[in-house]
Amino acid sequence: MPHNTVAVVGAAETTKLGVIPDMSQIQLHADAALNAMADCGLKPKDIDGVATAGETPVQIAHYLGITPTWVDGTAVGGCSFMIHVRHAAAAIEAGLAKTILVTHGESGRSRVGNPPRSVPPSSLNGQFEQPFGPMGPPSLFPIPVLRYMKTYGVTHEQIAMVSVVQREWAAKNPRATFRDPITVEDVLNSRMIAYPFRLLQCCLVTDGGGALILTSAERAKDFPTKPVYILGTGESVETPMVSQMESFTSSRAFSVAGPTAFREAGIKHSDVDHLMIYDAFAHLPLFGLEDLGFVPRGEAGRFIAERNTAPGSKLPLNTNGGGLSYMHSGMYGMYALQESVRQMRGTAPAQIPAAKVSVCHGVGGMFAASGTIIFSNQKP
Amino acid sequence: MPEPGRALPQPTPETQHFWDGTKAGELRLQRCDDCRHVYFPPRPFCPKCGTRKVSVFAASGKAILDSYVIHHRKVPGFEPPYAIAVVKLDEGPRMMTNIVECPQTPEALQLDMPLEVVFAQQNDAITLPFFRPTRG
Ligand SMILES: [Zn+2]
Repeated sequence: MPHNTVAVVGAAETTKLGVIPDMSQIQLHADAALNAMADCGLKPKDIDGVATAGETPVQIAHYLGITPTWVDGTAVGGCSFMIHVRHAAAAIEAGLAKTILVTHGESGRSRVGNPPRSVPPSSLNGQFEQPFGPMGPPSLFPIPVLRYMKTYGVTHEQIAMVSVVQREWAAKNPRATFRDPITVEDVLNSRMIAYPFRLLQCCLVTDGGGALILTSAERAKDFPTKPVYILGTGESVETPMVSQMESFTSSRAFSVAGPTAFREAGIKHSDVDHLMIYDAFAHLPLFGLEDLGFVPRGEAGRFIAERNTAPGSKLPLNTNGGGLSYMHSGMYGMYALQESVRQMRGTAPAQIPAAKVSVCHGVGGMFAASGTIIFSNQKP
Repeated sequence: MPEPGRALPQPTPETQHFWDGTKAGELRLQRCDDCRHVYFPPRPFCPKCGTRKVSVFAASGKAILDSYVIHHRKVPGFEPPYAIAVVKLDEGPRMMTNIVECPQTPEALQLDMPLEVVFAQQNDAITLPFFRPTRG
């Protein structure tokens, strides 16, 4: 389905990011939603579609006083919000709703008002992974890394550069959690979490939220904000168990979602001015660059280590500092989308001059799911 | 109160044959009678072609070390650092496991090293499949 007929007109994060112990998870959704509505001059009564993950669309619609004609509760982890944007674009094109709100809020650090995490022992994960000692994403997400490194001869130093370069981007962003420069040595000397990954190769754990408001490109002209058009979208899922991925050197979900979005958008890689690849852990930008076709297989480590995604490069990547340095509440996808929208509006702290096309690629679970959105600020 | 041990599986009707197998000293996989696909984790149909005509068989228990992490944080029932590994069975499927009778170090844990299954009883109902370096 070719898009370009739907635009983001409202976008905002929570007023505060980081440690927010005085707000429960649902209020983080609401804080971001109210900020996004204020951004484009809307009230809850103007919204007729709600998509969210973490909370249900019922909870969010009721809490905000919205009577929707369309809802989407797709909850496949951190890329749920990319997938919400895709579904929202289709719903607006189909006439199921006119003005759709996508919300995220997560008390990832303070854990106020969110359900406890647990893996049911009768689930497939509970039977065939949990007994062998994993404890959350830091112990599971990096499992493919050693195989990827051996297959392509990628070094620890090259992967460490992912964190170093993203910290350079974070230094330009006043809202980033970590802004002090780091070196490869700092990364490789930081505390071991799950070999081969150390603390500085794992995402932050913070509180925050974000919200987007989408409407037709036609109506977008009447809003006070600069419209950011949806050019192409993609989604897929693979497996809830990292041990059951088809390959440890590539994500099948990435390889479906990314190319689908490129086909829909009808663009080439050389058209891309700005790129976001969800970086819960330092290997994700490597898999993303390769599975989306920006670099040949096995070359992403060298590509990043040689500063091809750093400030001043041709392919600026994770310009907010990413989940490694900006913020990561648990489901980071919304913050990647927010940065793409800022870049397309021309309002990002580390603004890429004259950027016209932004690719925003997300992951859910441990390579379980993926969603890709391609934005443009050029009128259809 | 004793320290809590590792998380243990709760078998379902579709997986019971696997856990009965480990108790009996067999690593049981499933094979499609139509397309011959060998698959894991258990389910009573072939995830490749959708047929319900599948058979359970005892795998060789031979595998190679496919990938792993060495976890450095405290988890109930584990003494860090310990490896959380994925092995590739000779029959094709991968499974998560722990590597035993081997130092939990990058030097000792070489990718592609040959491994064999060993069975470790946890309680009356559950025996877990671990892997150790192949001997001889
Ligand atoms: Zn079959």
